[in-house]
Amino acid sequence: MFDKTLAELAGGLAAGDFSSVELTRSYLDRIKNEDAAYNSFITVTEEQALSQARAADERRAAGQAGAFTGLPIAHKDIFCTKGVRTSCASRMLDNFIAPYDATLIGRFNDAGAVMLGKTNMDEFAMGSSNESSFYGPSRNPWDTERVPGGSSGGSAAAVAARLAPAATGTDTGGSIRQPAALCGITGLKPTYGRVSRYGMIAYASSLDQAGPMARTAEDCALMLGVMAGFDKMDSTSVDREVPDYRLTLNDSLEGLKIGLPKEYFAADLNPAIAEQVHNAVREFEKLGATVKEVSLPNSALSVPAYYIIAPAEASSNLSRFDGVRYGYRCEDARDLEDLYKRSRGEGFGDEVKRRIMVGTYALSAGYYDAYYRKAQQVRRLIQQDFAAVLADVDVIMGPTTPQPAFRLGEKTSDPVQMYMEDIYTLALNLAGLPGMSIPCGQSNGLPVGLQIIGDYFSEAKLLNVAHRFQQATDWHQQSPIEG
Amino acid sequence: MQWETVIGLEIHVQLSTRTKIFSGASTAFGAEPNTQACAVDLALPGTLPVLNAEAVRKAVAFGLAVDAEIGKRSVFERKNYFYPDLPKGYQTTQLAEPIVGPGHVDISLDDGSSRRVRIHHAHLEEDAGKSLHEDFHGMSGIDLNRAGTPLIEIVTEPDMRSAEEAVAFARKLHSIVTSIGICDGNMAEGSMRFDVNVSVRPAGSDTLGTRTETKNLNSFRFMEEAIELEVERQIEVIESGGEIVQETRLYNGDTKVARAMRSKEEANDYRYFPCPDLLPVIIDDSYIEAVRETLPMLPDQWKSLFIEQYGLSEYDASVLSSTPVQAAYYEEVAKRCGDGKLAANWVMGELAKYLNQNDTEIGASPVAAEQLGGLLERIKDDTISGNIAKKVFEVMWSEGGSADEIIEAKGLKQVTDTGAIEKIVDEVIANSDKQVEQYKAAPVEKRGKMLGFFMGQVMKATGGKANPGAVTGILKQKLDALCE
Amino acid sequence: MALERSDVEKIAHLARLQIREDEIPGYTGNLSNILALVDQLQAVDTDGVEPMSHPLDAVQRLRADEVTEPDQREALQAAAPAVENGLFLVPKVIE
Repeated sequence: MFDKTLAELAGGLAAGDFSSVELTRSYLDRIKNEDAAYNSFITVTEEQALSQARAADERRAAGQAGAFTGLPIAHKDIFCTKGVRTSCASRMLDNFIAPYDATLIGRFNDAGAVMLGKTNMDEFAMGSSNESSFYGPSRNPWDTERVPGGSSGGSAAAVAARLAPAATGTDTGGSIRQPAALCGITGLKPTYGRVSRYGMIAYASSLDQAGPMARTAEDCALMLGVMAGFDKMDSTSVDREVPDYRLTLNDSLEGLKIGLPKEYFAADLNPAIAEQVHNAVREFEKLGATVKEVSLPNSALSVPAYYIIAPAEASSNLSRFDGVRYGYRCEDARDLEDLYKRSRGEGFGDEVKRRIMVGTYALSAGYYDAYYRKAQQVRRLIQQDFAAVLADVDVIMGPTTPQPAFRLGEKTSDPVQMYMEDIYTLALNLAGLPGMSIPCGQSNGLPVGLQIIGDYFSEAKLLNVAHRFQQATDWHQQSPIEG
Repeated sequence: MQWETVIGLEIHVQLSTRTKIFSGASTAFGAEPNTQACAVDLALPGTLPVLNAEAVRKAVAFGLAVDAEIGKRSVFERKNYFYPDLPKGYQTTQLAEPIVGPGHVDISLDDGSSRRVRIHHAHLEEDAGKSLHEDFHGMSGIDLNRAGTPLIEIVTEPDMRSAEEAVAFARKLHSIVTSIGICDGNMAEGSMRFDVNVSVRPAGSDTLGTRTETKNLNSFRFMEEAIELEVERQIEVIESGGEIVQETRLYNGDTKVARAMRSKEEANDYRYFPCPDLLPVIIDDSYIEAVRETLPMLPDQWKSLFIEQYGLSEYDASVLSSTPVQAAYYEEVAKRCGDGKLAANWVMGELAKYLNQNDTEIGASPVAAEQLGGLLERIKDDTISGNIAKKVFEVMWSEGGSADEIIEAKGLKQVTDTGAIEKIVDEVIANSDKQVEQYKAAPVEKRGKMLGFFMGQVMKATGGKANPGAVTGILKQKLDALCE
Repeated sequence: MALERSDVEKIAHLARLQIREDEIPGYTGNLSNILALVDQLQAVDTDGVEPMSHPLDAVQRLRADEVTEPDQREALQAAAPAVENGLFLVPKVIE
C-alpha cells in the first residue's frame, strides 16, 4: 500500500478496496514505527486524522466524494492549522496552537483530505538542510547520515520514506525543489500568487510560495488542483482560472523547445549531476523535444540578490514575534526592552537571528540604496533574463542542486557555503516563475534532481513535461525503502 | 530681540470607515478591550492585509477638498520599530509615493486677513493600539482595538506664524474633514490628533531654527497652550545662551506642563521598505471624478454662497460655514424666512445662546431650521415683534411646536389696530401726569429719549403685543400735541 | 564589508535580539562573510533599472468596507503569555 501513489490510492478508495480510515490508520502506524529514523514529523495528529478519515468515508458513502476525499497527506509545519500546534520548527512557536486555518489547509479540508500531521522544516523556512529545526534535523531516507535538504525537508523525507503519499511544502529560494531533488521525489513551486499565502507563516513575502511534494507529477497535479486558486485574503493572490492539471498530463512533447542555460552547467557543478541531467535531456529528445543552449547572464547574481531581499523582508516579517501576544516569552523580563531582546534572543535559533540581522543591516539608514534597492534592481535584471529566454523556448532545464545530499553538519559552520546550495533555485523565486524538480538519476546511490522552469502560470505545461518523462523512465519509482 | 514663530503641523485624522484599513474588524469606538482586534490586527503568524476600498475613497476625497494632486500610484511601506501597541513590529504607511500630493488650505484670521497654508502631502496609514498605564502590578495593558484603524496623516509646510494661525488652520481642517464626511471629528475620542512642529527665529531671518515636535494634542485649546508654552520656552533657552535640542515633547493639558519624551531618545532607524504584502494602489481619472461628484459643499463654498446670496459679512459667513451642519441649518432658515441677515442674527444670536446654555450641538437642536425659519417669517410680516419672537422661541425650544401654533395658543399676535393702540395710549397719558409734565418741560431734542417710559407702559398694558412702530408714532403724535 | 563588534551590537539592538557576549565574535565573522557575498552586487551596473518589489506586475485589490471579523477575543488570546481583563500585559511602557 505504501508504494502506491496518491492517484492509485484515490483509485483504491473509489473502488472500495480500502476505506480512508484503514488507509489513514496504516500510515499513522507506519509513522509511529518508522519516523524515529527520519524525524520527518514535528506533530502527528492521529485523532484528528482518524476523525477526518471517518468523515471522508461517510462522505463517500453518501455519494459525495471528490477526487481528493479520504486521501491522507502531511503539511509542512509552516501552515496554520486550527487547534493544532503550528511551530514553524521554532522554539518561538513551540507552544503556539493556531486559532485559525491557513487558506490552503481550508482548501484541503474542504476537499475531504486527511491531515496525518505537521512536518519538520528549517526554522521559519530558513535553511537548506533542515538542520536549523528546533526539533532536530530530519534525515534523508536514502542515507540517514545525510540531510534531506530544506527547508521543506520533513515533507520530502516523509514522502520519500513512504510515511505520507504526498505533502505540502513552501519554496522561498528552493525549499520545495532542493529537498525534492535530495530525497528523490517530485516537487513543484508554482508561479508566485498561484497559491494563497494566507495562514502560511511568512519568511520573505515577495518570494514565498506553497506547492506540492509527491512521488509523481500526476500526484502533484492532483495536489495543485486543490491548492491553487484565488484568495481574497491575500492581496498578492492572482485571480485567474485554475485548469484541471490532470487533463493535459499526457499531451505530446513533440516540438517542445528546451533551453539549457550554460551558466547552470559551469565548473562548480558536480560532474555526476551534469551527466544525469544531460541523460534526462536526451530522454526528452527521444520524446520529440528540441534542445538549445541559452544564457541567463545574471544568474550568478541571484545568490547575493536573494540574500539581501529575503533577509530584509524576513527581518520585518519576524518582528511580530515579540513575546507579547503569542509565542515564546522569556522569564522575568526586567523591562520592555529586556522582554523583547530575550524573548527573541532565546526564541529564535542562530540562522534565523543571522538572517534577521543581515536584513536589518541591509535596510538600515545609509545602506538601503547600496543593498536593498540595488538587490531589487538586480532582481529586475534576473527577471529580464528569464523573459528573454522564455520568449524563445518552452521550458528551461538544468540541475536542481549542485550536488547530491550532503552529510549532516557538513555545512553548518559556514552559512555562505550553505547558501550556495541554492544557486540554481533562487533565481526563480526572484522572478516569481514556476519550477519543478523531478528525479532524473542517481549518483553513488543518492538521487539527482532535474529542474524544469517555465513561464508564468505554465504549471500545466511543467506537469505535462514531467509526467511524460516519468512515463518513459522509472527514476521516480526508485525507493530508499526496502521491500 | 524680536522673534518669529514658525509652525508646521502633522495631523492624524481617523477615517470614519466601518472596518479597519487592512482587516474586516469593526472600528467602533469604546468596545471592550481587544474585542475588535482580529487575527490580522493582532498580527497572528500568517495573516495578511487587504486594503479597505472606503479608506482609499476617503483619502482621495480629502485630497480633492484641499485642491491637492492625487497620487495615481501610491505605495505602502513598512516603518519598522518595536512598540507594544504596534503588533506587527512595523506600521504600514506611505512614504515616497503617498496618495495625496501637494495642496493647500486658506484660513481667515480674526483681523480679517487670510493666509494660505500649504499641504506638503497626506498619506494613508494604520493607527496603533493603546497602552493603558493603569497599574497592573507594575505592568501596562495593551488594547489593540484601535490598531489598524485607517488614518490619513496630513503634513503641512511650516507656513503658520502664531498659535492663532495654527488653531485657525486646525479648526478649518476639522471643518473640512467633517464636511466631506471622512472623519467624525470627535477630538475627545482621538479622531483628530495634532503634532506641532515649532521653531523660532529672529524676525526677518529666512533660515529655520531647530524645531521640536509636541505630539498628540487632541484639543484646539491644548494646541494653542502647547504652542505658546513652547515658543516661550524656546525664546527663553536661546536668550539665555542655550541651544534648542531637536526632540519630541508631550504636553499635559490638565497640568499645563510639557516635557521631553523619554522613550524615543535614541535616534530611530525605521528601515522603511515597500510592503511586499501589498501591491501598488492605482487610481485613474474616472475614479477621481466619481469621488469628486460625491463631495458635498465645502466650507469655503458655503462661505462664498452666504456672502454673495445673503449679503453676509465675511465674519458672519465664516462662522456660519464653519461646520457643514451649521451651514446647512443656516441656509434653510435663510431660505425659509427670505432674510439672510435676520437669519444670521438669530442663528448666531438666540439659537447659539440656547445651544451653549444647554451644551447642545446644532445638529441636535430641539428647534429645527424649519421651525426657526417659520418664526422669523412672522417677524418679517409683522405678526410679532422681535421681543415676542424671543418668547415664542423659548416655548419652541422647551415645548416644541411651530411659530404659528405657539402665537395662536399664547395669544401673542401683535396688535396693529391703531384705534386699539390709541385707546391704550390715551389711558397711559392720563395716568402719567408727572411724566407728561417732564416731557413738556424737556428740550425738543431730548424728548425722543423720554418716549421709552410711555412705550414701556403701553407694552405692559398690551402684554408686549402692540406693534412697537405703531405705538411710537401714536405716542409721539399725542404727546407733542400736548406740548403745543 | 567586514563588520566590527560594535556594528553587530548595534544591529542586534535595532532587531531587538539578545546576543550573548560569547556569541558576538561568531556572529561578527558570519555576518561579515555574508556581507562579502552580497557585496558582489556593488559591481553590477544598474543605472536606470527600475527596482522590482513584486514578481507580478499587479495592482492592489480593494476590499469592501464590511465587518467580517466578529469578536474572537477568547480564542485569539488563548495563546497569549499574559492577559488580564482582556488586555495583553507587558512590562511598564514609559513614554
